[in-house]
Amino acid sequence: MSRHHVTTTINGDNVEFLCDTEQSLLDCIRNELHMTGTKEGCGTGDCGACSIMLDGRLVCSCLALGVEAEGKEIMTIEGMAQGDELHPLQENFIKFAALQCGICTPGVLIAARALLEKNPDPTETEVRFWLAGNLCRCTGYDKIIRAVMATAAQLRATA
Amino acid sequence: MDDIRYETPTSVNAAVKLLAGAQGVAKVLNGGTDLLVQMRADVVTPTLLVDIKKIADMKVIKKEKGGWRIGASVSGAEMGEHPELSKMWPGVVEATELIGSTQVQGRATMAGNLCNASPGADSVPAMIAAGALAAIAGPNGKREIPVEQIPVSPGKTSLAKGEFVTSIYLPKRPKKSGDAYLRFIPRTEMDIAVVGCGISLTLDKSKTVIAARVALGAVAPTALLLEDAAQTIIGTKLEDAALDALAAACSAACRPIDDKRGTKEFRIKIAGVLARRVALIARDRALKN
Repeated sequence: MSRHHVTTTINGDNVEFLCDTEQSLLDCIRNELHMTGTKEGCGTGDCGACSIMLDGRLVCSCLALGVEAEGKEIMTIEGMAQGDELHPLQENFIKFAALQCGICTPGVLIAARALLEKNPDPTETEVRFWLAGNLCRCTGYDKIIRAVMATAAQLRATA
Repeated sequence: MDDIRYETPTSVNAAVKLLAGAQGVAKVLNGGTDLLVQMRADVVTPTLLVDIKKIADMKVIKKEKGGWRIGASVSGAEMGEHPELSKMWPGVVEATELIGSTQVQGRATMAGNLCNASPGADSVPAMIAAGALAAIAGPNGKREIPVEQIPVSPGKTSLAKGEFVTSIYLPKRPKKSGDAYLRFIPRTEMDIAVVGCGISLTLDKSKTVIAARVALGAVAPTALLLEDAAQTIIGTKLEDAALDALAAACSAACRPIDDKRGTKEFRIKIAGVLARRVALIARDRALKN
């Protein structure tokens, strides 16, 4: 059978790729489109490293097929900074040292942004529950939570 | 790996035709949060995937006869964002929202949770307690059955070849009704129930329980609807003695396994503990309705 021809948008750009049915959307993003910002951790939806936005909804890209992206809007970590200007979450992750090895970071950032868009004033508990599906084996989470809380406060102050 | 055919029918009939006519292993692709993991692990090796998400109504939550019809592809996140549904059936919504992470919530569905037929599925005891019905389409037409009749053993359903669940119906309920779901897991998020308990009940003006349904998950090969346990609280005001009887009936009904998440003894004990707590939460919610 011939491969599927998928037309989608990623970070606002029209994108086309070819894939086999069983290829995950993560696999397509990384290995067909060579956008390697989105990471693969577990491949089974447990770690959140592959988090993306699919039609405005936070999902694990390892738990969707590439063919399912047809006609949809995808947002990945590559679309987070505007040129050289980092997103406030990215700045605060540096400031608070909320990363070490960095593999979980793109997924955490995408998930954290989704939270702040939905809830600009989350409690620490809400941040921790929202990010429970983003595993980090380096930081112990505390710095991540502090960076997200600080960003939320900063965005509220400038809103 | 052999090529897998992928189809996106736009009508229920077209989906049924594809599923019924399949030569090899045909699977419905809905939220995909279980199926894609099973495919990756080679537990399931389909030759045909029928993605039902482009069928009209699969993504719709609508009022019907005073209750709610929830399309098969409605995600947990979408249910949680629906204020009226969350108000009428908070237990069902909270159970569905316990499935996986925020990311998984973006795709995972109640219909999928039901048809994956895991004994530990969180939404299933809550749906059973709610008296939920599953609408099924198949080669012989449409039918609607209580959700507890869908799973028959771990990973197996009663659905015939060509059949799939098109929606879940949560019925209308009288005033002074409430439902709740709790599960025990070793951490506070992102794990699979060691025991899950769903209870739905209705009170009269004197705060006496006049109707109740009690269901347990993860303590038997399928989720259990416990009529005996419901009888222990009907006619009571959930006094300590009634709650003791409820807990005892729930523990007595368990037929669990030992596994890495918990022993048989632990599950049996916890089933009763959870049932007490769930009944009280459902009661408090009923008093506010």
